[in-house]
Amino acid sequence: MTKFSTADIRKLARLCRLRLTDEEVVKYQNELSNILAYVELLQDVDVNGLEPTSQVTGLTNVVREDVEIDYGVTPADLLKNAPAQSQNQFKVKRMIV
Amino acid sequence: MIWEPIADIAKDVQAGKVTAKSLVQKSLKQIKDKESYHAILEVAEKRALERADEIDAKVKKGEKVGRLAGVPFIAKDNFLTLATKTTAASHILENFEAPFQATAIEKLEAEGAILVAKANLDAFAHGGSTENSAFGPTLNPYDKTRVPGGSSGGSGAAVALDMAPFALGTDTGGSIRLPANFCGVVGLKPTYGLVSRYGVVAMASSTDVIGPLARTVVDAALVLDVMSGRDQFDGTTIDRDEKSYTELPPEIKGKKIGVIKEYFTDGLDPAVKEQIDLAIAKLKKAGAEIVEVSLPSLDLALACYYIIVPAEVSSNLSRYDGQRYGLSADDATDLDSSYELARERGFEGENKRRIMIGTYVLSSGYYDAYYKKAQTVRTKLINEFEDTFKKVDFLLGPTAPMTAFKLGENVDDPLQMYLADIMTVAVNLVGIPAIVVPTGTANNLPVGLQLMAPQRADRQLLGIANAYEGLES
Repeated sequence: MTKFSTADIRKLARLCRLRLTDEEVVKYQNELSNILAYVELLQDVDVNGLEPTSQVTGLTNVVREDVEIDYGVTPADLLKNAPAQSQNQFKVKRMIV
Repeated sequence: MIWEPIADIAKDVQAGKVTAKSLVQKSLKQIKDKESYHAILEVAEKRALERADEIDAKVKKGEKVGRLAGVPFIAKDNFLTLATKTTAASHILENFEAPFQATAIEKLEAEGAILVAKANLDAFAHGGSTENSAFGPTLNPYDKTRVPGGSSGGSGAAVALDMAPFALGTDTGGSIRLPANFCGVVGLKPTYGLVSRYGVVAMASSTDVIGPLARTVVDAALVLDVMSGRDQFDGTTIDRDEKSYTELPPEIKGKKIGVIKEYFTDGLDPAVKEQIDLAIAKLKKAGAEIVEVSLPSLDLALACYYIIVPAEVSSNLSRYDGQRYGLSADDATDLDSSYELARERGFEGENKRRIMIGTYVLSSGYYDAYYKKAQTVRTKLINEFEDTFKKVDFLLGPTAPMTAFKLGENVDDPLQMYLADIMTVAVNLVGIPAIVVPTGTANNLPVGLQLMAPQRADRQLLGIANAYEGLES
């Protein structure tokens, strides 16, 4: 059974952009280890000769003409829930330090 | 039941026999009277009455109103709607006002249906009991100490409590069917791609579907007929049946139904099994040929599901970053903390679990062993279903191993909670339609019969479900 260490959970939390509390790290360490142990059921399954399925519709290349279409929303509509905005743009923290 | 069949309601509105306003008022009153079940997160009273007035005015002028004219409905709060906030029952979207609405909602409203309220759900549809809602669980209409099922628990309870003739839900691993089962209503999970997912908060893009919960199969069929069809805004939608989904084939006689062996194990509550056995006997008596079928890969379906779905969830929930909408961390000092704090504070435990499992199984070094392997086991499952449907027309089984469990019973053990999905997830991985029809009670709680059909055979599935429903009375 694979078990996560607290370091593993912290690393994973970082990838997920979640700032877990110390209590959460321990809680998820246990819960995720149990879930992972269960799904490892698939490890020994023989899938020789089979391809992975990523979608079940069988559709391919669903495209449309390269013309402007009306989505019925304005920039103002899309900005109305913004925590911070400036000059018709979403304002965010500095990215390039 | 305080509602007429949906088609009749619309006809009566068109004929001026009943006003849309009175229907909306009836719905609003029922919602208020049954408040203690906490099925509803927000009521759209003002807008619903406005729309009712519009429809009534049209009728007065002798204009044609739609096939669902005046019919009140409730939508799970992961459908983006203009009349209300859309929260996905999460703190991260607690105050979110959608700038557009779901295609499914647009289509229903174009036919005159009136949205009256948004229903409670497990946050981001992650769950099987509605206990993961950030705003408190919904209570089972039959027993307030029990869960209504999930994740569309609010929708299931709303229909069972007569708040509206139908409600919308989503089903990624059983989230329409389990509440339908636990609340004693009809729940339809259509073929993947039949109904546009545009404007519905995404959970797992390769398995999410939209469907109706209603009191009868014919009502569910009409709602599907209105909602289905290719949508330019959802590239995964498929062509619908040319015939109306309300044109239901009537026979049970001569149809071959496969009873799924793997769903009748020791874990199945004997009281539930008894009801399913009775259902099988009824179908046999009505002329169906019942055979036992075995799909050995079904024992792998839950493991397969809990790799693939969290993986897709981790991707779909990465957009909730506190930058463009939703909860943001005002106290964040830099970009990283603005992401981490918003997400930490906004998501429920189950959301975080799934995001983390999903990220893990997709990460470098683990992708092949988990995600790719699961997607290949999925192929195995698809092939088994395809082979089985060469021998039978439909498949049958219980919807869940148990009747509605108690609130709090499974909250401390996520894996235990996942087991409620054991009979529903395979259908989502394969993309076929399934329907739950109420079929008696066990432990004084509703039991639903689950029927499945091949991909795109939704009309036939509705046909046999409708015929079975007819046998009940």
